[in-house]
Amino acid sequence: MKTIDLSGVSKTYGDKVVVDGLSFSVAPGECFGLLGPNGAGKSTIARMVLGMTSPDAGKITVLGVPVPARARLARRGIGVVPQFDNLDPEFTVRENLLVYGRYFGMSTRQIKAVMPSLLEFARLESKVDARVSELSGGMKRRLTLARALINDPQLLVMDEPTTGLDPHARHLIWERLRSLLARGKTIILTTHFMEEAERLCDRLCVLERGRNIAEGRPHVLIDELIGCEVIEIYGGNPHELESLIKPYADRIEVSGETLFCYAPDPEQVRGRLRERAGLRVLQRPPNLEDVFLRLTGREMEK
Amino acid sequence: MGDGSAAALPANAWNWIAVWQRNYLAWKKVALASILGNLADPMIYLFGLGLGLGLVVGRVDGTSYIAFLAGGMVATSAMTSATFETIYAAFARMNAQRTWEGILYTQLTLGDIILGELAWAASKAFLAGTGIMIVATMLGYAAWPSVLYALPVIVLTGFAFASLAMVVTALAPSYDYFIFYQTLVLTPMLFLCGAVFPITQLPHAFQQVAQFLPLAHAIDLIRPAMLGRQADSMGLHVGALCIYAVLPFFVSAALFRRRLMS
Repeated sequence: MKTIDLSGVSKTYGDKVVVDGLSFSVAPGECFGLLGPNGAGKSTIARMVLGMTSPDAGKITVLGVPVPARARLARRGIGVVPQFDNLDPEFTVRENLLVYGRYFGMSTRQIKAVMPSLLEFARLESKVDARVSELSGGMKRRLTLARALINDPQLLVMDEPTTGLDPHARHLIWERLRSLLARGKTIILTTHFMEEAERLCDRLCVLERGRNIAEGRPHVLIDELIGCEVIEIYGGNPHELESLIKPYADRIEVSGETLFCYAPDPEQVRGRLRERAGLRVLQRPPNLEDVFLRLTGREMEK
Repeated sequence: MGDGSAAALPANAWNWIAVWQRNYLAWKKVALASILGNLADPMIYLFGLGLGLGLVVGRVDGTSYIAFLAGGMVATSAMTSATFETIYAAFARMNAQRTWEGILYTQLTLGDIILGELAWAASKAFLAGTGIMIVATMLGYAAWPSVLYALPVIVLTGFAFASLAMVVTALAPSYDYFIFYQTLVLTPMLFLCGAVFPITQLPHAFQQVAQFLPLAHAIDLIRPAMLGRQADSMGLHVGALCIYAVLPFFVSAALFRRRLMS
């Protein structure tokens, strides 16, 4: 049985189509990513999986029950890390966990029994009695993650789990999420960070304007759609450069002042550019950013 | 009944308690300041108007003015504390703090949250109303033990005004709109419902309007209890307050569903 199953799901606000005939499914134990720029419909999909928003058309099943019809039942087995922190700022770390556990009908004794392992997981043992307002951004996210685990959920729904964190805090969250996957949890996360999607997701779906424009394993998508090294070139007139290197490239994309060149033999391209002064040339392996650029003709994180 | 209405209604009879407990825990941290803040205003009115104006007014309705005013102030303080808790504190939890959002991700429904907030606002109304009643009783302005009959009425009054305020909270785009509710609804009610002077002093048309206002029903129950008299048409007053507690609850649930879950 699939943990999440969406088929033909659409959602319109006014005359704006936010989700457009979307289908995908997530298997147990999998980390599934919804990757797309702001406004692609990622958060709306996350809300629909939780039963917070009803689709106009299509069917959603989560943990074996229809959503939103029986969303309350589904949510018993779901932990949520929302895009914006909604911890209780006036409460301590301990109180936040206590209060949240009660929303799942847990007794104080049950909550106190699971608290030490949650605090250890979130690396917040020394902050038990600190108020949320005293915590750093990374600590708050970890507390939100610990809070999401209080009901021992099978499925975690995470909306932009590391947005707004510094790189160190982000890596710590990624490491924690991997340990959850190792424990057999299923994760669905939305992100606009390519690196996050590549590192964490077993499979992902690339979204643009609510449509699924590509789906698969990150590396398979990269190999299939790009399949060669990428040369990024800045510092010149991109259109002039384009005609210069065109004969040696499979494909060239221009985004802003950057030129992305996909060439089977990068050395040839570099050779052509060597005589040009003032250019910055960077050769790197292909990534999901290139996939998105290929599919949509624009960059994601801009 | 679709899935939608189920999400807006309480899922069971006890889920709301977790919301109440959350608010209680937050309140405990600032309890003293909150109690003083809630009691100061009606106390100042009670003594300022009761003693000051009482000198000029003399006896009202067969009792001293301050004893007459005490019943009005108990009902009014229940009204204002339930209202303010809902339009300011609950609005913050629904809007800027995103507390409700966090709760909606658990097995609680929107209806559970609203019910928990109403029960909490009614608890604060109880605290404020009872505080004034205790002071009035100790100073001999209220009759013991019949004053005890006022206790459940204070809770019901709290529920009625919290429920009404919940509709305002569901509709308000921001804090700025609450001032209209305060100045156009609550303040006129204070003068139309016999809180500070007998309703019989009003022109007939206003007396007719007052019959429909929840504060008038609250006062008609609380004041006799505090003066040791038998209340008239108790069933009517209790029924009216119950309607004010229940109907707006459903209206606000439907409005919040549209606002938060569309």
